[in-house]
Amino acid sequence: MSLLAVTDLSVAIGMVPLLDRISFSLDRGEVLGLVGESGSGKSLTAMTLMGLLPLIGGRITAGRASFDDFDLTILPEARYRALRGRRIALISQNPMTSLDPILTVGAQIDQASRLHAGLSAAAARARSLDLMHQLRIPEAAAIHGQYPHQLSGGMKQRIVIAMALAGDPDLIIADEPTTALDVTIQAQIIQILSDLVAERGVALLLITHDMGVVAQACHRVSVLYAGRCAETGTVHDIFARPRHPYTKALIGCIPREGQAPGTLVGIPGMVPTAFTYPKGCRYHPRCTVAAAECRTEVPAGSILDRSGGGGIVFCHHPLEAAHG
Amino acid sequence: MADRIPDSILRFDGVSRDFSAQAGLFGRKRTMRAVDGVTLDIPRGKVTGVVGESGCGKSTLARLALHLLKPSAGHVYFEGHDLAGLKPAALRRQRRHMQMVFQDPYSSIDPRFTIRDAVMEPFQVHGIRHTPAEGREKAARLLEMAGLDPQLAERHPHQLSGGQKQRVGIARALALEPDLIVLDEPTASLDVSIQAQIVALLADLRSRLGLTYLFISHDLGLVRYFCDRIVVMYLGAAVEILPSTDAPHRHPYTRTLMESAFLPDPERRRTVTRLSGEIPSAFERPPGCAFAARCPVASGRCYAEKPVLPATDPHPVACHHPLD
Ligand SMILES: Nc1ncnc2c1ncn2[C@@H]1O[C@H](COP(=O)(O)OP(=O)(O)OP(=O)(O)O)[C@@H](O)[C@H]1O
Ligand SMILES: Nc1ncnc2c1ncn2[C@@H]1O[C@H](COP(=O)(O)OP(=O)(O)O)[C@@H](O)[C@H]1O
Ligand code: SF4
Ligand code: SF4
Ligand SMILES: [Mg+2]
Ligand SMILES: [Mg+2]
Repeated sequence: MSLLAVTDLSVAIGMVPLLDRISFSLDRGEVLGLVGESGSGKSLTAMTLMGLLPLIGGRITAGRASFDDFDLTILPEARYRALRGRRIALISQNPMTSLDPILTVGAQIDQASRLHAGLSAAAARARSLDLMHQLRIPEAAAIHGQYPHQLSGGMKQRIVIAMALAGDPDLIIADEPTTALDVTIQAQIIQILSDLVAERGVALLLITHDMGVVAQACHRVSVLYAGRCAETGTVHDIFARPRHPYTKALIGCIPREGQAPGTLVGIPGMVPTAFTYPKGCRYHPRCTVAAAECRTEVPAGSILDRSGGGGIVFCHHPLEAAHG
Repeated sequence: MADRIPDSILRFDGVSRDFSAQAGLFGRKRTMRAVDGVTLDIPRGKVTGVVGESGCGKSTLARLALHLLKPSAGHVYFEGHDLAGLKPAALRRQRRHMQMVFQDPYSSIDPRFTIRDAVMEPFQVHGIRHTPAEGREKAARLLEMAGLDPQLAERHPHQLSGGQKQRVGIARALALEPDLIVLDEPTASLDVSIQAQIVALLADLRSRLGLTYLFISHDLGLVRYFCDRIVVMYLGAAVEILPSTDAPHRHPYTRTLMESAFLPDPERRRTVTRLSGEIPSAFERPPGCAFAARCPVASGRCYAEKPVLPATDPHPVACHHPLD
């Protein structure tokens, strides 16, 4: 069984259903990209897996989610606390949400090491410096003594990654880890995360809306739209042979090298909110190949057999396999 | 002024802008140079892109272009007039012909305004009166030009999506029939599907109305798709001006920047090389080339002598050892 397995997971906040039968799985040494426009449910999925739904008044209403031998849907908070940081780590978009402004960054990495690995103060410091070296933080000893506000955004994000690694997690959930950063720094951070997966066998759930980051770093991709899965497949199939009209349209929004002027048009309309979800397939008002049943019937998943890559698509009229 | 591009609508001539900032609450005042000796022509009817990392001076350059900021040194000429030399009334007359669209569509519209008020504000600022019927007609026409339903005129900004608000920002910029529009990261806070719609709108308006754009962005793929020329900035200075989007990258920084951008194609992944060194502080500018500490081909001369952008070159590069 996969390290992380999510099956038909549904989540509501208060009375509002927000995630509807989300499914994906992730193994050690693998990077799964979770992509979609804003409001598609990416961060909510991360919150759910971190066991943080109660903080925002949310709850799991149906489905399964397991991590290793743990059933995440019924795990009591006390046991979740033992997983968080130690086995599952979260890297969020804004490093300041994870950093304490009044402590040196070194103290914060040390703390993470001591909490999760039960080290002495001296051993924790040595471990922090080692992690900082691995993350290619120059002059680690000097930076160890600095406060968050003294560091650049890219450096702060590296500190947050060091904290995430301090517990030696099996699973890292990174929610838009580079969205706020410049491209040169983004490239470095994505490389660092990819190396962790390759060298330590970490499982990485990489949440992003950036198709460039997906293409660069992911093995498999799960596309979300308006709280539902649209399509899952290998990164090669998703880009070369998308079967869901939304996947194809989303990729078509990114200008390619040498793209002729006037050929980038976007997707007409916009993502609906939970209060305006249409009936049937939620993408139908924007879909160029929508038919009558799309307006009334929720599409079920069809298993794909794409050159051995597999995958699943939720669409009444999937694009031809040769398409794209 | 000898080597002006014949039909240049806007010209920066050795423009610098300093800011003074206090280090901490009681720290000494220090001066930093946000824009450093930029000489640049903006050709009429073209899209000139400006790229560079956060803090390199793009927004400051934009505000200097519209004379929303005064240069600390040098001159900005719009249609041959030195904006600093104009009396307030004459400056206001010139300003009609140049407009700005900001990154954050939320902050640029007063929340108490209706959409009609927002679109009509430029007329008020310039003391142009309309009868109520004329005003309604004019606002409706501007909203339509920006691809919005004129019915939205009665709404308030919070009732609009990010993409719709950005269209309102564009409608407002069009109100006074300008010749030049400065766009400061106009799509940075939008989803890619909406970004592509906005860029298509901008392209259409430009060809219909004969507009000139100064288009600021940190999205290199987008700039390459949309712009005719690209100005690359580093630490306040223009370091290379690419005369076309397929021109070779001759400045080592331009190459680093372009190679850091991930392509939306998993078959063409980037090999990320380690960048050594951080961007130097604009307070403590190194004496030679500002990029020397990160440059793979730096020589002794680079640390001692500041390279300048040759004014007359068709493809100017500010570098002692430009790449082939
Ligand atoms: N009013 C101001 N007072 C002091 N410093 C300023 C002011 N405006 C800008 N700066 C500084 O000038 C430098 C350039 O800023 P600018 O906003 O032009 O950068 P930018 O290239 O637009 O960055 P970004 O990509 O983050 O928008 C920065 O170091 C910034 O902190
Ligand atoms: N705390 C919350 N309370 C109510 N609705 C929420 C909350 N957080 C997220 N949502 C809603 O859940 C949906 C998915 O949001 P989110 O997971 O943040 O999307 P993404 O990360 O993909 O942009 C959106 O419709 C959003 O408005
Ligand atoms: S189910 Fe219908 S509307 Fe939905 S994506 Fe498929 S074809 Fe389009
Ligand atoms: S001047 Fe020297 S240090 Fe600067 S970019 Fe050119 S080669 Fe590199
Ligand atoms: Mg999110
Ligand atoms: Mg800016």
